[in-house]
Amino acid sequence: MTVTLDSACELHPQVALRPEPFGALAYHYGNRKLVFLKHPDVVAVLQDVAAHDTLADTLIAHHVAPERWNSFVNALSSLETSEIIRVRQ
Amino acid sequence: MSVSNLTTQLKGGLDAPICLTWELTYACNLQCIHCLSSSGRRDPRELDTDQVKNVLDQLRDLQVFYINIGGGEPMIRKDFFEILEHAEHNNIGVKFSTNGTYITAENAQRLASMNYLDIQISMDGVDRETNDAVRGEGSFDTSIAAMNFLRDANFGPFKISIVMTRHNVDQLDAFKQLADSYGAQLRITRLRPAGRGADTWNELHPTQAQQRQIYDWLIAHGDNVLTGDSFFHLNAFGESLPGLNLCGAGRVVCLIDPIGDVYACPFVIHDQFKAGSVHDEGGFANVWRNSDLFLSLREPESEGACTSCGNYDSCQGGCMAAKFFTGLPLDGPDPECVIGAGESLLKNATMTLIPKPGMDHSRKVSVTIGGNS
Amino acid sequence: MDTTAPLAVDTAQAQTASHDSVSSAITTPHIVEELLVEEISIDGMCGVY
Repeated sequence: MTVTLDSACELHPQVALRPEPFGALAYHYGNRKLVFLKHPDVVAVLQDVAAHDTLADTLIAHHVAPERWNSFVNALSSLETSEIIRVRQ
Repeated sequence: MSVSNLTTQLKGGLDAPICLTWELTYACNLQCIHCLSSSGRRDPRELDTDQVKNVLDQLRDLQVFYINIGGGEPMIRKDFFEILEHAEHNNIGVKFSTNGTYITAENAQRLASMNYLDIQISMDGVDRETNDAVRGEGSFDTSIAAMNFLRDANFGPFKISIVMTRHNVDQLDAFKQLADSYGAQLRITRLRPAGRGADTWNELHPTQAQQRQIYDWLIAHGDNVLTGDSFFHLNAFGESLPGLNLCGAGRVVCLIDPIGDVYACPFVIHDQFKAGSVHDEGGFANVWRNSDLFLSLREPESEGACTSCGNYDSCQGGCMAAKFFTGLPLDGPDPECVIGAGESLLKNATMTLIPKPGMDHSRKVSVTIGGNS
Repeated sequence: MDTTAPLAVDTAQAQTASHDSVSSAITTPHIVEELLVEEISIDGMCGVY
């Protein structure tokens, strides 16, 4: 399932997010995948995405400039493939 | 703020390890001739159950994701399962490495019922002759029995971990078949001249031609084969092997030994690579964040004698443990440098410059096999 | 918040005017491409069992 700007997302319950100066490390205790989150903005969006109806809403709430939205969609799609996030309902 | 570069961030060190190796005991029922920790006899200063749990709590607070338990033979400890359960309750994943002696039909069931548990069975040959020459008589049968118990208990995929030596390089295809037959994952790692490995290094380490063979095999067949990235020195042969191509010691990972000493990695149990102890003021976190050794490992590396070589980006100058225990300078070529730069240096290295392993818990005097040391 | 990154690749799409002197160049916004996540294999790093 692909992630789009209209997707409702959430962190997988088996994922631990560990903040680092550069962003964060995400580790999935189920499938052992480890992901390097390379910017604090993507960390902030991930931590908040479950509280919003759509990814677009989350990006707006975090003042992410529109020209960067494509990168966020790609990032969350990649995270969905690794099961770090999942699409709700 | 720019998007970070992964390698740069890891080389500069993280605020906490991602995972770490924890040797729970120096006691072992085997006496493998290449043992990196020279194990055999328990050390009287071994951390007791409460001390182990206290360290686990510290690792939980640091959010270390998982620990790689080894030894010696970790299952020898009577509190082994208690330790595993404490880790599980504190959200610390466990992978442990074992010779399989203490895996029985009964505790295989118990292991199968635990959350986040990875098991790595050690073996070094695909048949009794090759394996037992390194690990001792009966050890091959023991490993197979353990694997059978895990399979019968529906443990799920486990790993079979092999140290590559001169005598098993030709067995790579057979190892892969063996792993496939159990639905297990094959893992091959590099022999270092550490611990008792120092005494058997000359006879056991793969030849230059065999290194090429390992590299070629990994390129062709290594898709689902783990290596612990221990072969990144072979990247100088050409296309890089999968992996991060960097030494994580003191930067992303480290070792806690059975008595609570903290070292850069399990292959450098020696004062020169000792960062501190969990008993120190501030515990493990303080050692990880502030020890002189780890801070220096997080400084940019100097290429030293490798500066003029175009391969340095791929091989990173190899393994510091391999260099240290063969008496080579750390800012120069690896003893197994694929272009032979290490070999030339070794011809000039004298025996007196080779550091002895930091500790020796062997149960008998180790005998050099057919060597002329 | 910083909206650009040194590693970003700008793909500016500009539509230049025709030779008609009245029309002006229309530029769509830069799309900033950043690789925000990277999966790593911990077994792909040396230093543990």
